[in-house]
Amino acid sequence: MIAEIGAFLFALGLVASCVQAVLGLRAGARADGAAASAAAAQVASVAFASAFVLLVICFARSDFSVAAVAANSHSAKPMVYKIAATWGHHEGSMALWCVISSLAGLALASFRGGLTAPMWSAALGVQGLVTLAAAAYTLLLSNPFARLAAAPLEGAGLNPLLQDPALALHPPMLYLGYVGLSVPFSLAVGALWTRSFGPEVAQAIRPWALLAWSALTLGIGLGSYWAYYELGWGGAWFWDPVENASFLPWLIGTALLHSAIVTARRGSMMGWTLLLAIAGFGCSLLGTFLVRSGVLSSVHAFAVDPARGVAVLAMFAGAVGGALALFAWRAPLLPAPAGFVVLSREGALAFNNFGLAICTGIVLIGTLYPLAAEAVSGRALSVGAPFFNSTFGPLAGLVLLVAPFGPLLAWRRGDARAAVQVLLWAGIGAVLALGLGLAFRGGAAAALGLGVGTWMALGTLAYLWRRAGPGPGKTVRLLGAPLAVWALAAAHFGAGVLTIGAVAQASFRFEHSVSLAPGEAVQFAGRGLRLLRVESIEGPNYDAQRAVFSVSAGAREQSLHAERRRYWTSDSPTTEVGILSGLWGDFYVALGEPAPGAQGQLGVRLYFNPFIAWMFGGIAMIGCGGALALLSLVRVGQRKRVALGQVAAVP
Amino acid sequence: MTKRGRRLIGVGIGAIMLSLAAFLTLRGLSGSVTYFYVPSDLSTGAAQGRLIRLGGLVEAGSTKREGSDLIFVVTDGAARAQVRFAGEPPDLFRENQGVVAEGRLRPDGVFVAERVLAKHDESYMPPEVAKALQAKGVWRGPTKVAP
Repeated sequence: MIAEIGAFLFALGLVASCVQAVLGLRAGARADGAAASAAAAQVASVAFASAFVLLVICFARSDFSVAAVAANSHSAKPMVYKIAATWGHHEGSMALWCVISSLAGLALASFRGGLTAPMWSAALGVQGLVTLAAAAYTLLLSNPFARLAAAPLEGAGLNPLLQDPALALHPPMLYLGYVGLSVPFSLAVGALWTRSFGPEVAQAIRPWALLAWSALTLGIGLGSYWAYYELGWGGAWFWDPVENASFLPWLIGTALLHSAIVTARRGSMMGWTLLLAIAGFGCSLLGTFLVRSGVLSSVHAFAVDPARGVAVLAMFAGAVGGALALFAWRAPLLPAPAGFVVLSREGALAFNNFGLAICTGIVLIGTLYPLAAEAVSGRALSVGAPFFNSTFGPLAGLVLLVAPFGPLLAWRRGDARAAVQVLLWAGIGAVLALGLGLAFRGGAAAALGLGVGTWMALGTLAYLWRRAGPGPGKTVRLLGAPLAVWALAAAHFGAGVLTIGAVAQASFRFEHSVSLAPGEAVQFAGRGLRLLRVESIEGPNYDAQRAVFSVSAGAREQSLHAERRRYWTSDSPTTEVGILSGLWGDFYVALGEPAPGAQGQLGVRLYFNPFIAWMFGGIAMIGCGGALALLSLVRVGQRKRVALGQVAAVP
Repeated sequence: MTKRGRRLIGVGIGAIMLSLAAFLTLRGLSGSVTYFYVPSDLSTGAAQGRLIRLGGLVEAGSTKREGSDLIFVVTDGAARAQVRFAGEPPDLFRENQGVVAEGRLRPDGVFVAERVLAKHDESYMPPEVAKALQAKGVWRGPTKVAP
């Protein structure tokens, strides 16, 4: 019964979002009835959220008469993973998509901000359309509430690799990012629809771009961290199509939140900001298409269904095509480009935007090229890390090279000489890092990468130093600085740290495969690794072979263990790696197959992953920067409303 | 500086970046893409020495160890290729299952793999492998592959 009520609520949500779309767009043209659309958005969000809760209950109760539960859950699973299984597969994740999209509609309905009534209601209408499309797709092509004619006694179990805390959180974060970008899209289309091109549009886009982008940052970070410790391949980023699918909207989101600053502050680059808002959600849909359709060969590939791919592609074509057609239609009405000095804050931000757009283009070309090449020449091929390192690398390097100047230049007309003086020490540090990279024989590209990363990180510190002003009392002044300063510093510093980590990881990683019997030892990365014993253990729904090692560095001995698990519901074994983390690198041990022929021998893969903690730390800092910026916007908005008397001032 | 001059500088910087990107992309696409082969294609010799991906089924009973190297045979039903991999195979490596190995063909006909690709999902077959096996008539899988 629960599943039927869920399906009914879901259908109710679909109808409500249809009402929201029609009323919102009509009101956008007629300037009345926006309140009705907002009410429909409330109904839709409540309906979708309750439907999703009911779906979670089906999973928690292991109701195997529901097809999605039978296919993706198992009664022996821990409760946390039973619940996480709700969104750990296609049907459930699409339901989550609808929930987030409708909640975004609710938030849009609740906070009008400085938007004009017609524009606000048109944006609500477009958001309703987005929800409607996703809900129709979910109900028609991947209904999570579908029943089985004969319920099995036991579920098939979730892919054991996905039974992991990071991966329980990864899909919701990623979806919050993907779907969060639908709000800037709705606002942009709403603005074009109602011909509203004031700075308040960019002001309204900013918090949403920040929210979606921060969630996307953390989602990608979690996914990459999971790939690092769960897959046992030693690396964290493989330039795989599925990874690129999440990276594309992130790059566009980065460009969008910078260009929205320019538009909100200076009123320029309006058309560009709207285009980015459209492109951002377009990339989200494209990413969903690439992941779900299986057109590209990916090491992360999921079991796929071409029919679903076609439907997502149709949504992508409809959303992006429609929005771009509207943009072309309205383009003559857009405010004329004001023009600005190259050496100014807006000049630096324009450069950043252009560079990021090119970077996105490169990743897009590299991701889609195999499809095009195969269609034209019939030869299957793949584009991997060497391509992206040699193309994306230099362009991203250029963006990072200019980035530290941005915050140091004033709006309108910046003082380049003063900026260079402030950045002098950062430049010296960057050259030193470059020298170090060459000294460790990482090659010119790696050395340049390290230099650029160091430049970005130190350049941000230099910005903070200048922000603190001359003379004593620097710390006090810095601590009292606006939240926006700290947001910028955290994100830019994080970008530098991430660059150093990623470059070191790509260029200085080394690995070794060895076969060990208990008692045998091997030297690797300056440490001795001894296999003490191999034991059999049993977990809640798996049994495993656990190898216990002792790792000695000098006089220090540490214990480390790695496992090979065999889940009862799945034939394939999975690896639980052993990692000794350090600031300068991770000592990483993964178990292989027991070597055939040699009794008692255990295959062991050893990796040394230099600076990998910097990579994940950098991503975390960038995410924190985004969250701080969002908080700062909310606080500034509150203060403004207090000043306008819309909200009672707190005494 | 005049407005016109400023615009020229902006356009100039943009043009330089775009052409740099175009140059790097074209160079990358001609030089660092990895072509996909099945064992039957290897006899032409065109793949000699280049980084390629070799796909097919792992032949039953062909997996063995030589020191720390893993040796196995990849087959597409028509031809076989011996693969040598200095490392541990991924978790989902199985005889009679699809595999993609990335590496180079040595002049003596042995394929030296630098990477053996793993899959998240045991029912998943790389599209190229499935397509190639279908073309050779040795595909036994349940699903049709998307065009």
